[in-house]
Amino acid sequence: MSAPVAAARPPVTVDDRDRVAPPRPRDLTLPLVALGLGAAVAAALVGLLVGPIRLPVGAVVGALVDRLPGAEVAHGLDAAGTTILFEIRWPRVILGLAVGALLSGSGAAYQGVFRNPLADPYLLGVAAGAGLGATLAIVTGTASLAGGFALPAAAFVGAVLAVLATAGLSLRRGRPSGPAALILAGVAVAALLAAVQTYLLQRHADSLRAVYGWLLGRLSTVGWAEVRLVLPVLIVTAVVLVLAAGRIDVLAVGDEEATTLGVRPGPTRAAILAVASLATATAVAVSGLIGFVGLIVPHGVRLIAGTGNRRVVPLSMLFGAAFLTLADVAARTVQAPAELPIGVITAFVGAPAFLLILRSQQGRA
Amino acid sequence: MRSIRSRLVAAAPALALAALLAACGGDATTPEPAPPDADAAAAAPEQDPDAEPASGFPLELEVAGRTLALAARPERIVSLSPSTTEGLFAVGAGPQVVAVDEYSDFPAEAPTTDLSGFTPNVEAIVGYDPDLVIVSYDPGDLVASLETAGVPVLVLDAAVDLDGALAQLGTLGTVTGNVATAQDVVRSLEDRIEAAVASVPPLDVPATYVHVLDDALFTATSATFIGSVYGRFGLENAADAADPDGEAFGYPQLSAEYLVDADPDLVFLPGGDADAFAALPGLGGLRAVASDRVVELAPDVASRWGPRVVDFVERVAATVTTLPEPAATTP
Repeated sequence: MSAPVAAARPPVTVDDRDRVAPPRPRDLTLPLVALGLGAAVAAALVGLLVGPIRLPVGAVVGALVDRLPGAEVAHGLDAAGTTILFEIRWPRVILGLAVGALLSGSGAAYQGVFRNPLADPYLLGVAAGAGLGATLAIVTGTASLAGGFALPAAAFVGAVLAVLATAGLSLRRGRPSGPAALILAGVAVAALLAAVQTYLLQRHADSLRAVYGWLLGRLSTVGWAEVRLVLPVLIVTAVVLVLAAGRIDVLAVGDEEATTLGVRPGPTRAAILAVASLATATAVAVSGLIGFVGLIVPHGVRLIAGTGNRRVVPLSMLFGAAFLTLADVAARTVQAPAELPIGVITAFVGAPAFLLILRSQQGRA
Repeated sequence: MRSIRSRLVAAAPALALAALLAACGGDATTPEPAPPDADAAAAAPEQDPDAEPASGFPLELEVAGRTLALAARPERIVSLSPSTTEGLFAVGAGPQVVAVDEYSDFPAEAPTTDLSGFTPNVEAIVGYDPDLVIVSYDPGDLVASLETAGVPVLVLDAAVDLDGALAQLGTLGTVTGNVATAQDVVRSLEDRIEAAVASVPPLDVPATYVHVLDDALFTATSATFIGSVYGRFGLENAADAADPDGEAFGYPQLSAEYLVDADPDLVFLPGGDADAFAALPGLGGLRAVASDRVVELAPDVASRWGPRVVDFVERVAATVTTLPEPAATTP
């Protein structure tokens, strides 16, 4: 996480064609968005159809149609199948879509704002803060089986506090002092919080399994309650990030140029990072620390859609939704009927994919 | 923080030395030299090795491939495992115990300290001047370090079944010089287990169960100690399919939809809350929930292999007895 700091100012990555000759690439935007939407819908269908218990495809489709207002279909799905489909898979799919979209959209925004390809949604201490919050909730017993929302609440508060601490530490004489200071402060905050978390774990070795289970990410336990928490945040994040994506491109040309173009760099950066951090904190609160999604999905999107953030941000949200939903299908089927932590899947797929992307980018340059 | 760090720094050379000495040591079958502070006692004529070591001390005992040599009846015992702490007090060795680890919270009179059995500090342990240390596993060459410091160590690995748990009580009685009490205790526990098992009528169709550790549905299979207890009653573990080859060491994370499909007769929740379990996505419709057979267990009783495990056995028996006949009523 500390390496990217050295390259504080990589080459400007804005897609020049986007401004010089707007009509041609913009023509591609709609088809690409349609492709992303299609991928998300297809992934959702796979998520509803595939799991450790084999449900007949016809019955599942029938039961889904039956739920549509006005439609009545005899589907033949038994009670257990109905429970599995609507109470277990359905919220899991929705949450996979939402968390994937939040992490990937935030990742794209972070990378754009910091002009750093290695930036990910956990850069400003979100992961360490959420991890410490969750660890505290678990070791104090607040988040036992009776815990309800104690764990997500603690993780969320931890994440938000960590980002606030990072932002506060990066101020110089009360004023923002640029992206590099922010990244450095994030690294310091993350290291400190990780140390506290390790100490707590040492003192509470009996909680190791619960804490690590959370750290590796889990969509396995979620239900409608988590969905209700996440959806409002998803809507706000999607609207803000998609509307602000153009400004990320403007920021990329440099602060002074941005100012002459009518964008105030400091407040714009702060607002985008605040929304992205809130989105990440929410995602982490309900699903634990799922790695690599916020990193590889935006990079993959840039391969097919270029580097203009007006396309990268929304497409990252769509493809991120699809990717995480499919990763969750793998998490519950690879070792069925046992679950694999979803973080293991995303890292296992993500690390090689990331290398491939890096190599192909080097080839281009 | 500083004091912990300086303690660690101070302990480092001792640990390194201990590791070195351990590496140079002979194989485990040769009788170990008596600890230096017990020279005189060790020089006493040896007892007949074939006789029941009931007669007393000095004592040499093979436990799990290691030889434990005790010059005299230990009077300053340190226990670093909650299970052995409970066992020590059950066999009447309580007065001989000077310190127990931070998780040893039963019985109430146990001298709980901040000693850790997971990240033990040799200096802190030696500070209690023990003449016997009992551990359930050996993190970071703890045993070698303590023996280098002249402290005899008894390693009692986690029991794999009820018989193993009872045998450990016998061992604790022997090494603490409470043989008769230990024998009485073990006999009465055996009687209670037998009575509990006998109280359950044999089931034509084996009833199924899951032992759920947390809301992420981590479960214990029948390969675990706790699973062996359920096995005594002929119960079938629905989570076994999730860890067929033991890769998860008997503690797989179960898929919720598999649990819905398996729909076990009984659900056991160590440290859990039946209402919270029923509120987990999709689980409210389980037969066990509908028929009120989600059993909350005291967390410590189900995770320790001390004498209280028999309370747990009786609890299971009482629950199984409530199952309707025939047990499996799948439509």
